[in-house]
Amino acid sequence: MAEETKMFKVTIDNITIDVEPGTTILQAARRIGGEVAPPAMCYYTKLKGSGGKCRTCLVEVSKGSGADPRPMPKLVASCRTTVMDGMEVKNITSERVIDARKGVVEFLLLNHPLDCPVCDQAGECHLQDLGYSHGAEGTRYEFKRRTFSKYDLGPYIQLHMTRCILCYRCVFTADQVTDKRVHGVLDRGDHAEIATHIEKALDNDFIGNVIDVCPVGALTDKTFRFKNRVWFTKPVEAHRDCSKCCGKVTLWQRGDEVLRVTARKDEWGEVNEWICNECRFEKKKTSDWVIEGPTKVSRHSVISQGHYVDTVKPKETIKEVMGGRDPKLLFDIHTVSEVNRPEIDLSEINGPATSDVFNAKALKSTQS
Amino acid sequence: MQALTNRVKVLEQKPMTLLERMYLPNIAKGMAITFGHMFKKRPTINYPEQKRPFSPVFRGLHILNRDEEGKERCTACGLCAVACPAEAITMEAAERKTDEEHLYREEKYAARYEINMLRCIFCGLCEEACPKDAIYLTETFAPANYTRQSFIYGKPDLLIPDPKTQPDAFAQAQGKLEAHKANMKAKNEQ
Repeated sequence: MAEETKMFKVTIDNITIDVEPGTTILQAARRIGGEVAPPAMCYYTKLKGSGGKCRTCLVEVSKGSGADPRPMPKLVASCRTTVMDGMEVKNITSERVIDARKGVVEFLLLNHPLDCPVCDQAGECHLQDLGYSHGAEGTRYEFKRRTFSKYDLGPYIQLHMTRCILCYRCVFTADQVTDKRVHGVLDRGDHAEIATHIEKALDNDFIGNVIDVCPVGALTDKTFRFKNRVWFTKPVEAHRDCSKCCGKVTLWQRGDEVLRVTARKDEWGEVNEWICNECRFEKKKTSDWVIEGPTKVSRHSVISQGHYVDTVKPKETIKEVMGGRDPKLLFDIHTVSEVNRPEIDLSEINGPATSDVFNAKALKSTQS
Repeated sequence: MQALTNRVKVLEQKPMTLLERMYLPNIAKGMAITFGHMFKKRPTINYPEQKRPFSPVFRGLHILNRDEEGKERCTACGLCAVACPAEAITMEAAERKTDEEHLYREEKYAARYEINMLRCIFCGLCEEACPKDAIYLTETFAPANYTRQSFIYGKPDLLIPDPKTQPDAFAQAQGKLEAHKANMKAKNEQ
């Protein structure tokens, strides 16, 4: 019979839970779930060594342990602090934590460009969520935000260094998921930036996962760039037989077009299983995939906006009433509208659409 | 049934009194009201000749704005479309090329932007949602038409004239054409 491990009793925001020794406060809080779990920008369960950098997961330990009941003098990063037996933690019940988190958000946003209207991550950005739930509305920063010279990371991944919060998740991903890391954080302090040493393209088979782990819009999918806003696309679970990865993905569709492919994410925004570049960037046809059904999206998420579930299309009765005559179609929107033309597939373009694409499209549509 | 509010009035239906049953006094009363209106100020106006001033918060036809340098402000962020309760707004975004920097303000711009005026309810939520001051509702009606086709407003219909390249049209759109012409004349004479 296996020896029973002693469970630690930990109380977070007055909710008590038993966890194994060695669990971090963040993990214990996530076990409880809901509001109790502190937000995390740099910690990632599936990446070893991540965490401890962004300080958004700060919590107050009001009682160190059952044996030593003194409180910890400073707020601690919950992703790096393991629980003790009888520990009492305050997260949202502590004024200090809320205030400190507000400060952390302000720090993270110091150099963030706030170009959310342009950014492809908007709508699923963790920094955006964090800013809305914990930040102050205005900025007190009066200086020029830092800027960087542009780095090209190859045909698949778009780097916007100004948006980066230096969480190091992409570095850990490249280390642990791919067999060779070619990018990293160069320079120090204010100048620190994600780059490859002397411009190289990121082309490892699994490097596309850095897009999913990036909590902000610093690393985005070039094949999805500016194609559509996240909340106008419809997330659908799908899979395919892939020789390299599990092939279980979320398709982001617009109509029947697959605009983007990402890995499936859990409720904390973390990837369930890594997917390969082929699935992510090259399979942009619905026929490549076996569709399982719509992804469950939180009702409060902007992604659920305008997506109607369980709609029942009423039966067309005009034909019966009019003695078998079809209703006269007065107006087909596509005869006038230039947007979302059915004969045009944005998903077939590799990069972002430019004026060339749209001018060519105009030609194509007038010819036909 | 339980009332939802305490403002419910219970109507009592009493049998009519003799005076009410005679009808004539009440008819005379009604006629008096009708004739009385003849001597009051008329609230109607002769519309095309006379026009009422718009309220400053009137919400009419949309425009897409440009900045002072004539660059399009819209960056196709889609917030107007997601805010639109009638789902009248659609758009397609494109990336700005290096030789187009004088045309568009941001890296991304709306290559196509359409408002379906048949759906639009002129609520002004798009204007409220816009983070770039790009869409505004003006003090103009959407003109009536015989065909539905003409109610799909694209970018050529919505964009304001470029203040740099079409100063005359820009001044006219602002309703300041006379002042602009006088200004230009004065400049030329100098």
